[in-house]
Amino acid sequence: MENFDIIIIGGGPAGMAAAVSAKKAGAENIVILERDKVLGGILNQCIHGGFGLHTFGEELTGPEYAERYADMVRDMDIPYELETMVLDVAPKPDGCKAVTVISPTRGVCELSAKAVVLAMGCRERPRGALGIAGFRPKGVYTAGTAQKLVNLEGVHIGREVVILGSGDIGLIMARRMTLEGAHVAAVAELMPYSSGLKRNIVQCLDDYGIPLLLSHTVIDIKGKDKLEGVVIAQVDENRVPIKETAKLYPCDTLLLSCGLIPENELTSAAGIRIDRRTNGAMVNESLETSIEGVFSCGNVLHVHDLVDFVSEESARAGENAAKYALGAKREKCESFDIETGNGVRYTVPVSISPGNADELTHIRFRVGDVYKNVSVVVKSGETELVRRKSRILVPSEMVDLLIKKDKLQGISENIKVYLEEA
Amino acid sequence: MIDVAIIGAGAVGCAAAMELSKYKLSVCVIDRESDVGEGTTKANSAIVHAGFDAVPGTLKARFNVRGSEMMEELSKRLDFAYKRNGAMVLCFDKNDEGKLTELKERADKNGVKGVSIISGDRARELEPSLTDEVTAALLAESSAIVCPFEMTIAFAENAYANGVEFKLSTLVTGVEKTDAGFVVKTDDGDIEAKVVINAAGVYADTVHSFVSDKPLAITPRKGEYILMDRSAGGTVSRTIFQLPTKMGKGILVTPTVHGNLLAGPTAENIDDKENTATTTDGLASVKAKGALSVKNIPWGSMITSFTGLRAVGDRGDFIIEESDVPGFIDAAGIESPGLTSAPAIGEYLCELAGRRLDMQINTDYIAARSGVIHLSALDDEHKNALIKKDPAYGRIVCRCESITEGEIRDAINRPLGATTLDGVKRRTRAGMGRCQGGFCSPTVIKLLSEKLGIAMRDVKKNGK
Repeated sequence: MENFDIIIIGGGPAGMAAAVSAKKAGAENIVILERDKVLGGILNQCIHGGFGLHTFGEELTGPEYAERYADMVRDMDIPYELETMVLDVAPKPDGCKAVTVISPTRGVCELSAKAVVLAMGCRERPRGALGIAGFRPKGVYTAGTAQKLVNLEGVHIGREVVILGSGDIGLIMARRMTLEGAHVAAVAELMPYSSGLKRNIVQCLDDYGIPLLLSHTVIDIKGKDKLEGVVIAQVDENRVPIKETAKLYPCDTLLLSCGLIPENELTSAAGIRIDRRTNGAMVNESLETSIEGVFSCGNVLHVHDLVDFVSEESARAGENAAKYALGAKREKCESFDIETGNGVRYTVPVSISPGNADELTHIRFRVGDVYKNVSVVVKSGETELVRRKSRILVPSEMVDLLIKKDKLQGISENIKVYLEEA
Repeated sequence: MIDVAIIGAGAVGCAAAMELSKYKLSVCVIDRESDVGEGTTKANSAIVHAGFDAVPGTLKARFNVRGSEMMEELSKRLDFAYKRNGAMVLCFDKNDEGKLTELKERADKNGVKGVSIISGDRARELEPSLTDEVTAALLAESSAIVCPFEMTIAFAENAYANGVEFKLSTLVTGVEKTDAGFVVKTDDGDIEAKVVINAAGVYADTVHSFVSDKPLAITPRKGEYILMDRSAGGTVSRTIFQLPTKMGKGILVTPTVHGNLLAGPTAENIDDKENTATTTDGLASVKAKGALSVKNIPWGSMITSFTGLRAVGDRGDFIIEESDVPGFIDAAGIESPGLTSAPAIGEYLCELAGRRLDMQINTDYIAARSGVIHLSALDDEHKNALIKKDPAYGRIVCRCESITEGEIRDAINRPLGATTLDGVKRRTRAGMGRCQGGFCSPTVIKLLSEKLGIAMRDVKKNGK
């Protein structure tokens, strides 16, 4: 059996950033396992700009951003295997992890690693999971699938488009379809606020005169073999459609941008604890899961809005995986859970062990609604660790808090994160 | 002139074709859709009913019992998924328990073995997810689950291997009686046949009326279903039926043969034979009724919902007979337990047709059929041997169901293979998982476009 220090599952932005930093941290025997034919993951189909402002200080397209990291991977001689899918991860009695893979060249075989980094990304919520009534014709796509067909395969998928859900990919695809010569009649969003970034609403909808219908949803899909139209209705405060407001939008294409789901089937099967709020693994301050030596980062951990944050987080996961693989032991000291209070939907990590924290510990979370003029407060008992004022907090924008290591020393109670009126 | 034209390539039409292919006959199956099993066959409960429900003496009882007996052997010989998982009929009211006794008596009269009445507590012991409201249950050990697409495709492929012709994407527009037999008119030319079998599902009445003045009416009965991810498949191990309650006719909750969880169907008579749309109310009703039987059904893991139309006849029973027009045979009103009965109906249709034909045994008959090889079903040694022979079997295309490019190519390239996205899905399960084709459909579309020599945008999801 082949043994590795670190096996990184996924060669998208998360996996590549983890690999690069793991190598920098001294791990030599690394491999990235990527199921697609190329490195880069979903970035390859994101041919629009807006990537890299934080990481590289310049605006790049998705493929350009991916290529920067792929170049680093190659320059640093980090091995990667393409068309290789991991079927199973299981801890072994000796502390190593058995990783079962399948590929055209390897066949089915078991590899072994001291540390594993989970970087499998996420998938889109399909029409079936949304429970929209109606027919099941051709012409209904998740936004990302449509993006792949249009941008990578050059397929012309439709002329008259309706988009349900205002997630970022949906907004980007509203613009993309317009530039492809299609007419986008509307973007309907169930919630009273968009689930996409403000800049995407401005650049992808407003600039092209595409209406965003907040508190609206699709209640019926027409057309037996090919899509002929969708019925959109306004919803009340309980998100129940108001039938009197129903309106038929004739269209041949319906794109769905209704949420991303971290792809954690491997993680669950390995017995790793999953956070039901994020559908990602529960991790500590080192991004280590409930199985020692297995780390998680990027969109498989929790869905990010910017790839720059994915890279930053994954670099930390890679570095910690390297430390673990090189034999560094965790400090035996108390760990404190992070509890969420008013307005805070979840946090990553879910616990912090001050003795094992880096100089700066990130706490990332999303709010459950739109909040104006609030303070984000992080407290342990009576000790206030962070207080940050915000003019506005929206669910579509992840909040990133930093806590200095010295602030964490001496805490003796669980940590609480909540919003307070400012 | 051919011997037999079968109108309809559903489970019944394909079963009849398979039976007829055991004889030296020229047989043609005609269907308006581009694949077999695209009508009622593709959207039902996928149950091989034990046979306790059908009224003794009816055709339903006769063919149900016979079909159920045949199914396991057929699944082995023709390589389709089948599992005897057992079933329960739940009773929620002490006053209704007499109805369980009635079912038990029917089972006895129909000759169904392994049927007993058990207490609510015993039912919960066997199926811990059942609700506390269950007072008693009928247990039927011989009930089973099957993959209806695989079964019908297997029948069709076996028939095809034995010389049956399939004219798909061909709409029958009329049937005329001639001195020598019939002319079946289609949108792609005429077919002359000595015998016609009408297995046209919800349109069997229309096809019947082409040649007969005797009334026959089919009412489509809509049934909506919710399918959940395989992570929910272990919620129950048996098929869980309900006795009718105040909420109306019950629904079932069952694992599927591929390990998903299925709940449904609703039952609503409608007029429109094309109306396979789901409705908000229908799906809500499935959830409400399902919750009567089983605690904490994980509706959140729903991956799709669908509607099937049962072809309900006007006699309260299957209509399987030579019509008043000699040589024109109806197989109409094949509602539940139609799927179970299909192979037995096929046998009988072959017998009916045989009365009008010279039946010479086909000595070259090929009895066995091999389905698409599913890599995940093999042990590691066989997996590696296959991947070594064809590396496409090492390339996973559908992540959710772990389906490889090799399997998809097989489904497309095999005789009577897939020509649509749904055709690939039904043969391989690619696209049938939790992401519903989000990741794999561009690749599958590409493979289909290469094989069919058409642009990717012209690859169909299903339909003609």
